[in-house]
Amino acid sequence: MKITKEIINKHGLKNDEFKKIKELLNREPNFLELGIFSAMWNEHCSYKSSKIHLKTLPVKNKNVIQGPGENAGVIDIGGNDAIIFKIESHNHPSFIEPYQGAATGVGGILRDVFTMGARPIALLNSIHFGDVKNKKTKTLLNGVVSGIGGYGNCVGIPTVAGETKFHKTYNENILVNAMAVGHAKKDKIFYSKAKGINKSVVYVGSKTGRDGIHGASMASAEFDENSEEKKPTVQVGDPFTEKLLMEACLELMKDNSIISIQDMGAAGLTSSSVEMAFKGDLGLELNLDKVPCREENMTPYEMMLSESQERMLIILEDGKEDKAKKIFDKWDLDFVVIGKTTDTKNLILKFHNEVVANLPIAALSSNAPQYERKWKEKKLPIKNIKIKDFKKIKFDSAFFKVISSPNFSNKKWITEQYDQMVMCDTVQKSGADSSIIRIHGKKKAIAVAVDSSAIYCKSHPFSGGKQIVCENWRNLISVGAMPIAITNCLNFGNPEDPKIMGEFAECIKGIKSACEFLNYPVVSGNVSFYNGTNNKNIYPTPVIGGVGLINELKDPVKNNFQKEGSLILSIGKNFGHLTQSALFLEVFNYDDGPPPEANLLNERNNGENILKLIENNFINSIHDISSGGLIVTLAEMSINSSLGVKIKKPKSLSNLFEFFFSEDQGRYCIEIDKEKYDNVKKILQENNIFHEIIGVVQRDNFELEKELKISINDLYKINNEWYYNY
Amino acid sequence: MNSSVIVFPGSNCDRDIAVALEKSKFKNKMVWHKENELPKSDLIVIPGGFSYGDYLRSGAIAAKSNILKEVVKASKKGCLILGVCNGFQILIETGLLKGALLRNQNLRFLSKDVYLKVLNNENKFCNKYKSNELIKLNIAHNEGNYFTDQKHLESLEEKNLIAFKYCDKKGDILNDSNPNGSLNNIAGIFNEEKNILGMMPHPERMIEDILTNQDGMKLFNSLFN
Amino acid sequence: MKFSVTVTLKKDVLDPQGKVVEQTLKNMGTNSLIGIRQGKYFEVEINEKDETKAEKQINEMCNKLLVNTIIENFSIKRI
Repeated sequence: MKITKEIINKHGLKNDEFKKIKELLNREPNFLELGIFSAMWNEHCSYKSSKIHLKTLPVKNKNVIQGPGENAGVIDIGGNDAIIFKIESHNHPSFIEPYQGAATGVGGILRDVFTMGARPIALLNSIHFGDVKNKKTKTLLNGVVSGIGGYGNCVGIPTVAGETKFHKTYNENILVNAMAVGHAKKDKIFYSKAKGINKSVVYVGSKTGRDGIHGASMASAEFDENSEEKKPTVQVGDPFTEKLLMEACLELMKDNSIISIQDMGAAGLTSSSVEMAFKGDLGLELNLDKVPCREENMTPYEMMLSESQERMLIILEDGKEDKAKKIFDKWDLDFVVIGKTTDTKNLILKFHNEVVANLPIAALSSNAPQYERKWKEKKLPIKNIKIKDFKKIKFDSAFFKVISSPNFSNKKWITEQYDQMVMCDTVQKSGADSSIIRIHGKKKAIAVAVDSSAIYCKSHPFSGGKQIVCENWRNLISVGAMPIAITNCLNFGNPEDPKIMGEFAECIKGIKSACEFLNYPVVSGNVSFYNGTNNKNIYPTPVIGGVGLINELKDPVKNNFQKEGSLILSIGKNFGHLTQSALFLEVFNYDDGPPPEANLLNERNNGENILKLIENNFINSIHDISSGGLIVTLAEMSINSSLGVKIKKPKSLSNLFEFFFSEDQGRYCIEIDKEKYDNVKKILQENNIFHEIIGVVQRDNFELEKELKISINDLYKINNEWYYNY
Repeated sequence: MNSSVIVFPGSNCDRDIAVALEKSKFKNKMVWHKENELPKSDLIVIPGGFSYGDYLRSGAIAAKSNILKEVVKASKKGCLILGVCNGFQILIETGLLKGALLRNQNLRFLSKDVYLKVLNNENKFCNKYKSNELIKLNIAHNEGNYFTDQKHLESLEEKNLIAFKYCDKKGDILNDSNPNGSLNNIAGIFNEEKNILGMMPHPERMIEDILTNQDGMKLFNSLFN
Repeated sequence: MKFSVTVTLKKDVLDPQGKVVEQTLKNMGTNSLIGIRQGKYFEVEINEKDETKAEKQINEMCNKLLVNTIIENFSIKRI
């Protein structure tokens, strides 16, 4: 087949990229080779626009065993225990076919984790949908939620935490980010680096079909009106096979049969084989006649680019083939030796006794293009409008409006579709700042949380990037965990637009500054560009997934009110910051002005001392103060218990709205016994931490003097209704 | 006492059940579905999960496995058999228990803690519960909506073969406290001989205070004596 | 007027359910079995006298709701 300009463009390659391919090969590629290049050189696999920025992120602290660059990141949690985790996007497939898109997103991220030798112990997700009035939103919400549940429930991994947000920026481009967390023994971690020559390359798992051919290229192209036509490429997930594949891999990993292992994710057989060879500085020779195929007459092109799910590539030690095959037979999975490692440093593909492709590994990986794209800085918006400038509204109706809005409504409708208890180690289910998962059979536990704040990032990417790391860190602190490391999923628009590239570059700078200051490195992640349709880009939406450690799990601190009569304190200084707040957005529809600025020094100081207070049993319950402000925090602490609160009007700030709805950072709300107040006060003052007494826990009612009074039952009702009525 | 947990491809509560059995001092063995023989067992447990992905009908394919023939034989000899969630569905597909488990009334997967009333404590499974005791267990299923014909339903009630019913936190058995649409709020039933119990809620998830409560532990402690 | 609608998965789309059912039947000894694909069946009755018009309406129902045209095909038959 002649390679025309049209074919090159259809493969998402730019003309100068094709020129570079010819230079690297010293010839024209054939059609199959072009397909392989396009899969490896697209944004999704090559990180060509993001690499120079990602390199600046901190990736190490004393707990990090493996940072970015592997299937997932690995951290040390003491003893022989390691935690392996990563987050990944499946945005475009989920918009086209929400159930299967979300399901295969979960499947893919699970494989990234068990590929490295970990048994997955928790799933999390961050999902963003368009305006609730948009016609597509309801179907997408239903499909995505049942897809996430359908996959995780079936494999038997608890889905323990997540976030769901609605905003018109996602009308034509939803976000589905899934995170998996696994537990492994430190001395049994498996990597993708190939070693040794003439070793068997084994294909295991499901058969290859024509699913998702060029999915990775699809994920790297903007949508247009014709994207409906791209539909046939959506993959179908088979969680049952995933469960078998997981058990078979974990069984094989018990001894020393595996040299290296890699899951076939985006760009399937192509990227997995190139990855393994590249890391090992070796070549690979594959016989495509051996690839287990689901359909008849599949071509090498289809086999190499298929994104059929639930497949792995393994390089085995000599003589282990029979033993390994027995395990996969037991689980009714395909197991075929399809090739061997070589010293050629080339990827050689044979089909019907002919060499159909012969490409230097380096050309596909290290020689892939890297761009230093132009980017524009975004100035901090200075319009700092005051609440007094708006039409007067009653305090209680503003509060009810926020608490009953889709973004703030209780997510029970969603979380009840996820099995949160399977594996019997879920100590704290979703609904708290973080969820807590015990390490099976041990006293220690991890806390996990995912967060994003596109609104802040849109307004000022640097502040937003910094803030979201802080909020995630704070969420782990709030359950008594020491934050260790994060994974990030960076969802952005078209990087070829300098404005969008600027959002990316500055979010990264913000993330970097917070990660460095908080000693909270990035160990894995994923970049998703080209989120948008017809030049309408989504708001910059970096999603942060954090993992923290609870060394000795006794009675974990609660996130809801515990005792009638105890004191409620707010920790951290409140400056009454309202621009980009839930109050301004949900009630006044006003979205100008800067986001709140996270003060890293205060953030760390407040967090570290809160952790001490928790460890010394001073705190009955705690919740961080974030989106929605103090009043929403108090409401959530009430709704989740059956206790209300009697709030006093503040002395410090005159305006009630500013006091209760401000979204200043680094703050917490804690419930303590009255008798412990003097001790707590002393500790806070010694450490220069500002605090205020907000009120006391009482029965039945949620009230603020003459401004607001509602029974807990009614409060629960208005917070809980939206999803069930949607 | 000896227990066996049957493991199918796709079972995923097998480990959880084994932990509960060992906690109540059973000597437990895991039995792979391809086996043709059962180890010596006083109790056989068919755990929850998605055997064969729940494809075709939940439990239908697992019911055709080799080992299930042995389970049926053992049941005739009076061996105790407990099926939880997917295990209950399998017992139904095998014919060891009568009825059907339809899709939840709201057509959604449902995972939550529910209140149950223990209706019959004069049997090997529930003797550590008080009569009419109110307990809280966790459910997690897509197809837990128990259905049977009117005659059978009446006989279940008459012969006191209903182990648990869904109720509210006060113990009242109401429509509102029925999570999935089950007839008469049925959450678990016995066979006539009361050596087989099938139930949708997961007792193995309620055996520790740090996670939830210990309401499920009493079931395992009842079985072990 | 009454019609049947048969919905099948498109040829190249993975059918996890069919795959497992097929394997089980083979394990149970059905040696002649070549393959199984699972689908859905609807019976649709509509108030319309003109068969062409009726079929057009059902076609629309299929495209709008009954069928996920991304992964499924369908056929309509008068019964």
